[in-house]
Amino acid sequence: METQSARNSVNRIRSSLMVKVIFKNAEWQIPGNITIRELITDLGLNPQSVLAVKDGKLVNNETGLGNQGEVKLISVVSGG
Amino acid sequence: MGVHRCRMCSADSVINMRQHRLALCEVHFVEWVEKITFSFIKKHRMFEPDDRILVAVSGGKDSLSLWRILLKLGFQADGLYLDLGIEAGCSYSKRSGEYVEKFAQNISPKVKVHVLDLADIYGKTVPEMAGRRKGGRKKSCSVCGLVKRHEMNRVARELGYTVIATGHNLDDEAAVLFGNVLHWEAEYLVRQSPVLPADGVGLVKRAKPLARFYERETAAYAIICDIEYMQEECPFSVGATSLRLKEVLNSMENSSPGTKLQFYFSFLRAKENSLIPGYKRPELRPCDKCGQATGSPGPCAFCRLLEPARAASRRGQD
Repeated sequence: METQSARNSVNRIRSSLMVKVIFKNAEWQIPGNITIRELITDLGLNPQSVLAVKDGKLVNNETGLGNQGEVKLISVVSGG
Repeated sequence: MGVHRCRMCSADSVINMRQHRLALCEVHFVEWVEKITFSFIKKHRMFEPDDRILVAVSGGKDSLSLWRILLKLGFQADGLYLDLGIEAGCSYSKRSGEYVEKFAQNISPKVKVHVLDLADIYGKTVPEMAGRRKGGRKKSCSVCGLVKRHEMNRVARELGYTVIATGHNLDDEAAVLFGNVLHWEAEYLVRQSPVLPADGVGLVKRAKPLARFYERETAAYAIICDIEYMQEECPFSVGATSLRLKEVLNSMENSSPGTKLQFYFSFLRAKENSLIPGYKRPELRPCDKCGQATGSPGPCAFCRLLEPARAASRRGQD
């Protein structure tokens, strides 16, 4: 019982350290111990082509993802 | 690497413009964008406070940001939205128009937005016009550009606007320049400029006040100023050459900050110093059909594009 309870606690802590990342129609839960720039490059995107909005506010690429909340990546490239 | 501080006030910055080695907070970034736009307008003598400006608005980040900036700087600026009739399963044009109308309602009760539906005027949407052309869908972007230029000029002339302002940013300009250099399009190179003067035969002056900014910066301005804009791409732009050129330029920019800025401004300087070979533009004359300026003999490119529709419409009436 105690082991199960400990596991549940660990899972709760883990999920609280995950950040929801949204880009176009996709969504991921990502551990928050990286910067926005690392996230962008890990996703194979060019930092010149996207901006990051964290919990509704524009943030610099060197900002950490944090321990909770939501980061939306917005493509800035348009044209045709 | 720590979070860069705003150069002006040491608050957390929201954007770091590596090409300028400049990081700014929300407040100082908005101030910077507006100040730089004003000096760019003055430097290129784009317009004066007594000019009547028609801003070509698409519902996207650039044109809506431009409209806001011009109004904030005290210019007389109304909007023109052309409903191109792009449906593509997502009501693209309709939704873009909604962003424009909402913006206009919120920004000031004094501004006007002229909304024109191409299908109402010409009986055909842009995708239908493009579909009839050799190359079909692939030509959508060039047909769209042709139609927009024609209609912007027509409306500006008819309603007495002295300048047409478009939201082209530096990435747009650098991509066009890159494409023209790759194909060595001397005629287009000579004509590419942040401002195109009026012409006696009816071409209204055109200006690109945001050509100094990266696309990232115009998007950042829109986000900070809570401008709701159409974030989805035009469905017809998928695979467009200009997007591929932008990708290459952004890749170079990422490894060498300032590449796009230097590319575009070195080109403008080269033009000023007459380093781009001269090209004599064909003399413009009024189109036989619509009366707008054209360099070609007979009808202008827009009227030639519409001709099959007109002929089909005549056949239908017979």
